[in-house]
Amino acid sequence: MTVERSLCRLFGIDGVDAFGVPLANVVVDHLLAKGVVEQGAAYWLAQAALATGLTPQAIAVSIARGEVDLTSLETQDPYAAKLWADAEAERAMQLIRANRLVREKKIQTHGERPSPLLYAIVATGNIYEDIVQAKAAARQGADVIAVIRTTGQSLLDYVPYGATTQGFGGTSATQENFRLMRGALDETGDEQGRYIRLCNYCSGLCMPEIAVMGALERLDVMLNDALYGILFRDINMQRTLIDQGFSRMINGAAGIIINTGEDNYLTTSDALEAAHTVLASQFINEQFALLAGMAETQMGLGHAFEIDPDIKNSFVYELAQAQMARQIFPNAPLKYMPPTKYITGNIFQGHVQDTLFNMVTVLTDQRFLLLGMMTEAIHTPHMSDRAHAIENARYIRRAMADLADEIEYREGGIMEQRAQTVVTNALELLENIRRDGLFRTLEMGQFAGIRRRRDGGKGLDGVVMKGDHYNNPFTDLFVREQQDMREGGSR
Amino acid sequence: MSCDRMEQQIAGTLDLTQVKPYGDTMNDGRIQLSFTLPISDGDRAVEAAKEIVISMGLSEPLIAWHQPLDHEFTHFVAYGSLQKGIDYTKIKVSSVEVCVMTMEETDQFIREQFGRKIKIIGASTGTDAHTVGIDSIMNMKGYAGHYGLERYAMIEALNLGSQVANEDFIREAVAYDADVMLVSQTVTQKDIHIHNIVELVELLEAETLRDRFLLVIGGPRITHELAKELGCDAGFGPGKYAGDVASYVVTELAKRWEAKR
Repeated sequence: MTVERSLCRLFGIDGVDAFGVPLANVVVDHLLAKGVVEQGAAYWLAQAALATGLTPQAIAVSIARGEVDLTSLETQDPYAAKLWADAEAERAMQLIRANRLVREKKIQTHGERPSPLLYAIVATGNIYEDIVQAKAAARQGADVIAVIRTTGQSLLDYVPYGATTQGFGGTSATQENFRLMRGALDETGDEQGRYIRLCNYCSGLCMPEIAVMGALERLDVMLNDALYGILFRDINMQRTLIDQGFSRMINGAAGIIINTGEDNYLTTSDALEAAHTVLASQFINEQFALLAGMAETQMGLGHAFEIDPDIKNSFVYELAQAQMARQIFPNAPLKYMPPTKYITGNIFQGHVQDTLFNMVTVLTDQRFLLLGMMTEAIHTPHMSDRAHAIENARYIRRAMADLADEIEYREGGIMEQRAQTVVTNALELLENIRRDGLFRTLEMGQFAGIRRRRDGGKGLDGVVMKGDHYNNPFTDLFVREQQDMREGGSR
Repeated sequence: MSCDRMEQQIAGTLDLTQVKPYGDTMNDGRIQLSFTLPISDGDRAVEAAKEIVISMGLSEPLIAWHQPLDHEFTHFVAYGSLQKGIDYTKIKVSSVEVCVMTMEETDQFIREQFGRKIKIIGASTGTDAHTVGIDSIMNMKGYAGHYGLERYAMIEALNLGSQVANEDFIREAVAYDADVMLVSQTVTQKDIHIHNIVELVELLEAETLRDRFLLVIGGPRITHELAKELGCDAGFGPGKYAGDVASYVVTELAKRWEAKR
């Protein structure tokens, strides 16, 4: 269903009805109520547009007012309908491409930032307060600003609308909030002579719709994990795998770097014992991204620094695992997450742990450094917490800039052995997955120790078999666009 | 075993009716602060920060560090001295006060006092599916280097796991002839842990079994005070391990046996 709603959004349907229901939901719910949703939103909108001469937005408004029943209109020539859909899709693609080119231009003007990109989080619940904090963080040196979403948004089967000021532990992901933050970061970026990247969460029950919003409002990075929703939000696995596929095509064509969520495994499982599940999941995420046509340079595969600091050589193991990820995925802009599980409230010790994490990040050339907060688990970061974290990371980035080039790791040493163990165990897990299938593996609780049923979880009722006339004009378009991008030509 | 509260006085200047923070000299009252003001950095900002420190009842304000966080925000690291101390002797906190013994000492204590093994039954009760709490106290391996009750030679421990209904827990405790019931509560949304414990206590009382068991609860939001309020014998919060629980349990049981004699 959310795939069909994302098509509505790509066709230009925006806004909400008198009850605050997004018009994209109004259209798809209308098709559902009429029992014809299996032909898809593109088919019905094309039929309606040809029959009435109205724009998709005007059609959606009419449906909301109860003025039109799409199934009672005169049936149009299917080929003409396909041509209409293709033309509308091309128009959407042009908007998305234009945003991509703006990003490329700005990065060219200001110059690309050195690795690691410093990635800061804001989470006030109020987009305007978020902007104050984001601008401050950007001026302090943050390269990426991520706006954390409000608790529970991932389980909403619609995307909230408009500028929002009341979230819990984060701020609603709405298109207007995206637009406001984008504008603010462009302003600060131009003032600072840097391009400040914006990140949000393409996860939950509305993955592809949020991907569309991100493409239209020029987000640069989006969290997008193939399995996260299944494991950590109990969203049905069939639903998730469909949604993530289309959302990644959108992300890909928009030139957005995805961030995957393997780090989450280590907050529930032990980071030493479960390291191989992270690697296996990275391979799975990589394959799903390839299936969506995505370039390796847009795959921000995730991992984390979560080994118990009381363990002897914990730093050595962390360094080994981070170096391993770097070598296995040489072209991927890896996302490296800071310690959280063993940040205790002792802020002084926490700051040191974050320093060690920063060192591993710089030594192994990770692309995204998620700033660790010494006040993790105490409160959402104070402005000063973020400033200290940025100062710390910048210091390490500067002081150890070229240290990695001076180091060779001992052959057969602890680090090499550690990496070997992780690779061997990951291979075994992947071979089991090949034997059992991904669904069965998830049912057996192989990831993060969490078991999920094939027909369990939320959102399965939003999965429908395609009908004979079903048409999604964007899938080919987005895959082709990504091919063009790889070949270096922007049409 | 140095259980007695350390009360040695330094140069005779410690006054427990006038306790102040200790910086580097007794009674100097020095406090370390850090905060941010929504104003631009500069001399006026530093002055403003000093006034903030004074407004908190601190004297001798020192602004050790200030830096702009943005155009309109300035961060400070400051120090000040607390003028008036607090009367430590008047403070009453309900916490489990017991000398914590090692595993060997506990086993020895049980042999001497009871001459038989102590039976402890534990569960994460109600709808709570988390076993991390009860496991950390009971499992052989223990937690953070503290062995669990199963490893004690003189303790027989039975861990029922999670999602055990209160009725079932009581039935099992009677069947096991337990001395102690141990309840772990991890989930606390909508005070579900409180409702659950209250129900357990009421069920025990209804069956006139409450005095038969020592009832001990634990969890991240459990305090000893809360436990007493809910009609339990003791409560253990974060940072408490099997040794704390075992020491309390055997000490308390010994007291009760003594009283019965």
